[in-house]
Amino acid sequence: MNLRGIAFRNLRRRKARAAFLVVSMLVGIATVVALLTVTRALTAQAQDEMDRFGANILVTPKTDSVALNYGGVDIGGVSVGARDMPEADVARIRTIKNEETLATVSPVLLGPADANGRQVLLMGARPDAIFELKSWWSVSGRPLAGDDEAVVGFRAARRLGLRMGDPVRIGRHELIVTGILRHTGSQDDDLLVITLPVAQDVLDRPGRVTLVEIAALCAMCPVEEVVRQIGGAVPDAKVTAMQQVVESRMHALDQLRTLGYAMAGVVIAIEALVVFITMMGSVSARTTEIGVFRAVGFRRTHVVMLVLTEAMLASALAGALGYLAGMGAGYAVIPFVGDAAARIAWSPLVAGIALGLALTVGTLATIYPALRASRLDPTDALRAL
Amino acid sequence: MEATAEDFITVRGLEKTYAGERPVPALLRVDLAVEEGTFLGIMGQSGSGKSTLLAVLGAICHPTAGDVRIDGIDVYALSNERRADFRRAYLGFVFQSFNLVPYLTALENVTVPLTVARMPFAQKRRRAMDLLDRVGLADRATHLPSQLSGGEQERVAIARALVNDPLLLLADEPTGSLDTATGQEIMGLLTELNAEGLTIVMVTHNPANLDYFHRAVGLRDGRVECEQTLDPVTPAVGPVLTDRDPDSQRPLPA
Repeated sequence: MNLRGIAFRNLRRRKARAAFLVVSMLVGIATVVALLTVTRALTAQAQDEMDRFGANILVTPKTDSVALNYGGVDIGGVSVGARDMPEADVARIRTIKNEETLATVSPVLLGPADANGRQVLLMGARPDAIFELKSWWSVSGRPLAGDDEAVVGFRAARRLGLRMGDPVRIGRHELIVTGILRHTGSQDDDLLVITLPVAQDVLDRPGRVTLVEIAALCAMCPVEEVVRQIGGAVPDAKVTAMQQVVESRMHALDQLRTLGYAMAGVVIAIEALVVFITMMGSVSARTTEIGVFRAVGFRRTHVVMLVLTEAMLASALAGALGYLAGMGAGYAVIPFVGDAAARIAWSPLVAGIALGLALTVGTLATIYPALRASRLDPTDALRAL
Repeated sequence: MEATAEDFITVRGLEKTYAGERPVPALLRVDLAVEEGTFLGIMGQSGSGKSTLLAVLGAICHPTAGDVRIDGIDVYALSNERRADFRRAYLGFVFQSFNLVPYLTALENVTVPLTVARMPFAQKRRRAMDLLDRVGLADRATHLPSQLSGGEQERVAIARALVNDPLLLLADEPTGSLDTATGQEIMGLLTELNAEGLTIVMVTHNPANLDYFHRAVGLRDGRVECEQTLDPVTPAVGPVLTDRDPDSQRPLPA
């Protein structure tokens, strides 16, 4: 038999005290695991939602603006440069090093066009990309699917008197309205959205796009780095990060994390206190026994190791059970705090954190009781002597 | 008795005062010399200082003044940790109320002093089993203390005190909580061990135990009041537990 054997047998024999110790630690660890996993799930969900919220990088043709004023009076300015860019740039954007961060790349061609004899703002786009990017668009009917279809903005539909299923003639193309955008209150209400090849034909700008909107997942790398890489891939274009979107996204995630960590800190502090009090009680209850150990030749360090080993055995058990309980709690809680998209993920990292945290807290909270046990005077401990 | 070079235990000018708001003197200028192989009885009324003397001899109670030498080692000149090593190498304790660890079996209780010894597990277990067999409890090895009678617990406590092959056995009222017949059995066992060469110092207030001692020391108010050399009963000697060369000093464990 060694010190570990004595510690294990003590835990097994004093089941009620051991169970209280394990359960008190288990609750703390489970709370931390639940907080961590739920926070991670909500963060992933929030990130996903915010990435779907829209573009955070805009690629436009490079132009030089010249401000004109005379005698301190601003009389406007002129832009010098191209009004569009080659569609081939879209493929070059996909060649950047952190290509995996580019969730959606949506090239768009904009221009005025005649539809059923009236002027509208025409938007040519790739149907899958534009509707993924503009997730707030709500379509009556169905989104764009083919070259002979069109989706009309709320105001444009009223102005042109279009309804679903109506034909609309644009240039030499006869298209069918498959969907009407619900009111957005923005300039999108004036759009007539068609596929990019048709728009290029109608506007007589084959192989050209006005701008490229990009939604980048910026958890893995800073958006500034993605902007720099895209700028390198398409040197003739101007690449702009929509900083406000990025910053508010990061701020929201940081707040979520900070709240989780703060709550975890409070729970761990309470857990440490419970372990401390329990172990102090355990040491007091075992005064005679510790006196016997000292009398038969245990050094002070042996007594310290004995008490710490006991705490570590209980901590390891609490860590393992706490991880499982925390994951269970996470699964139970997530439907109430997240939506269907939020997913709890089994993570070896969180399991490691749970075990490490339990051992660290259990050990640190037991150091003082262990030292106190080692300092017990064997004579006091053995009152019979 | 005057101390000689051959004495196994030498106590000189021993004083012990328990500190507190009102300091309590427990031992006052005690001198004692004990030869190796002696079965010494310490007797006295409650509060006479006999248990304190045993604790001081057991290297667990630092005296206020004086020194204690056991086998030539100045016990209280050792550091706290080395004194623990000394206890492990030299001493065996038998406590009045047995003080067995309640969650360990009889066999595990006997191996407790070997827990921190560098010895193969099988050897620890074999030695503990031999001793349980010696005290007649081989068939109770897996029982918890709560499943043993008082006499059986006392036997386990004696086996535990012997497992580290001590040179000095310190026993505090080992028969105090036993009935007369069981008490006599335990005294018989201790006498056997003494006959095999083990030095024993035993505290008791039972005059009937005088029959077993070579010497008895009477304490009153912390002073040695009287000493008496006796003619103890001679038991049948069992297998010898120690094969120590009387001229060699046992090294402390590293």
